[in-house]
Amino acid sequence: MIWDNLLIALQAIRANKMRSLLTMLGIIIGVAAVIAVVSIVQGLNFVIATQFEGVGVTYIMVFPRQDLQDPDLAGREVTLTYEDGLAIMERATGLAYFNPIFFRGEVTKAGSRRYATMLLGVGPYHQEVANHWVDRGRFFSDLDLQRAARVCLVGQEVIDELELEEPVLGTDLIVGSSAFTIIGVMEYQGEMLGQNQDDFVLIPITTARDIYGVEAFKQLRLDFQAESPETVDQARDQMTEILRERHRLPEGMKNDFQILLQEELLETTGAILGTITSVVAGIVSIALLVGGIGIMNIMLVSVTERTREIGVRKAVGARKSDILVQFLIEAVTISLFGGFIGVLAGWGLGILGAKAIPGFPPAHVPLWAVALGFGFAALVGIFFGTYPAAKASALDPIEALRYE
Amino acid sequence: MLITISALRKIYHMGEVEVRALDGVDLEVDAGEYLAIMGPSGSGKSTLMNLIGCLDTPTSGDYILNRQRVSDLDDAELAEIRNHEIGFVFQTFNLLSRATALANVELPLIYARTSVKERRQRAQEALEKVGLGDRGKHQPNELSGGQRQRVAVARALVNNPSILLADEPTGNLDSRTSAEIMDLFDELNKGGNTLVVVTHEEDIAARAQRIVRLLDGKIVVDEKVGNSGEPS
Repeated sequence: MIWDNLLIALQAIRANKMRSLLTMLGIIIGVAAVIAVVSIVQGLNFVIATQFEGVGVTYIMVFPRQDLQDPDLAGREVTLTYEDGLAIMERATGLAYFNPIFFRGEVTKAGSRRYATMLLGVGPYHQEVANHWVDRGRFFSDLDLQRAARVCLVGQEVIDELELEEPVLGTDLIVGSSAFTIIGVMEYQGEMLGQNQDDFVLIPITTARDIYGVEAFKQLRLDFQAESPETVDQARDQMTEILRERHRLPEGMKNDFQILLQEELLETTGAILGTITSVVAGIVSIALLVGGIGIMNIMLVSVTERTREIGVRKAVGARKSDILVQFLIEAVTISLFGGFIGVLAGWGLGILGAKAIPGFPPAHVPLWAVALGFGFAALVGIFFGTYPAAKASALDPIEALRYE
Repeated sequence: MLITISALRKIYHMGEVEVRALDGVDLEVDAGEYLAIMGPSGSGKSTLMNLIGCLDTPTSGDYILNRQRVSDLDDAELAEIRNHEIGFVFQTFNLLSRATALANVELPLIYARTSVKERRQRAQEALEKVGLGDRGKHQPNELSGGQRQRVAVARALVNNPSILLADEPTGNLDSRTSAEIMDLFDELNKGGNTLVVVTHEEDIAARAQRIVRLLDGKIVVDEKVGNSGEPS
């Protein structure tokens, strides 16, 4: 029976190819938009997730909170120091590594070439905390840190931009107004969201303090790795307590620092992407609504055109429910057909879109998005097909047979 | 008795006016009979045919078809009776234009929930019975008027109904083709089929064994005609 109805529906669609295609257009556009957006957002999500997986779920980041609008912070000097970090490592439990980071944009010079890059002053456990390791040469030794040695490690981008010649190791590099010897090259990371991840110079944190002075050292970023995912929450609570105490924040005053967990970072980006998705979903639902109205319109025309056919079917024994099912299946077939074309079109658009934007991750179409596209198409078909189908099934056979 | 109709009334209300399309009709039809219903337009013959064909329900009165009281059935039950007991032949053939002859003949069997295989086979047999065994793959627009009406007859016969109900079956055909269709009806009647033909043409009605004449919603004449060797 279902099969027979499907054949009838296909025959009707084939008999009016152009009309059917135009009817499907709304659904096609709606579903294609869903698939295209989801595929691009999922591609982004996928890349961000894998990037964050690099530092792992045990990664904790602390940075000073600066908000000029906040009366609790206004007029206070917000600090986050190396000593804060050391105190946390000493008193908090469940933490494995600590890495203070000092940031500063700086100009590097080698020979006649100049290049502006990011200078990072880091601690001895930078590799462990950032999960980013030395490729060639060596990392800073304890001695380098103790003596505030003028040594540095570089990312590949800096080597390329300054056109440093092999052997890079041992070459002298001017950073700002100081001279450093390159002792290592960090492993290549590539791009993320169009941002180069290999554009930096690393120097020991002690060296940075020597050069830039204590004043410049009052606002660091403190990175940690917890011992295990289970200890992360506990460590955060202890960190909060320790930092509040050290910063002498009275009860009721907000934190002058912010602790970000890997998990929360993922949630934040997830929330942003979710917002994008829901905005698009809103637009898409309008397209589907218009598509649905198109289907209803065409089905009403079709019912009128086929009044006699309905009369004949009833005369030879079709029940109301048979006619209802027949026209419903026809509406759903049209919308599912549109959904199918929409999925293909959206997929293609997603791939093209991702390719067109430089540095964008490749599109990724999850199965649930395809199911969602089809599901929506089917729902639209059922919802907007019901009225015409009910109208068809309610026709009086005598009048239907008499219809000219 | 295949059909027993007693005191059948059908009254339409058109605004203030009451139209008595059928005003107390009594009629009995035996299995195997060949009956013609005649009457001028407005006499109620179409209404009577719609009632006999279970397309409509009477305002009052009884209609018993094949031992079932059908005058007070609901829509779904009527559909089932139409499917099993009635075979319709229309003036304008009413074939589905996009379906092949075979698919058209299969139509009643679809609603009888017959299996695909059995459907094919029975539809083919019905087509052969009307002499179109080799036309199954053709669409209606590839067939002549006479052939189309034959397909319609095959469709009416395919589910072995108790009665074959024809409404002006030759109204759209030329006289030669009309004769062919009427020959087919004679043949079917000889084979045991009960036929009820509504017509306004005397020579078509003359083919039947019995003629019922309607006027103003009442039967005014019910006569046997000397046909097929039957006593008049």
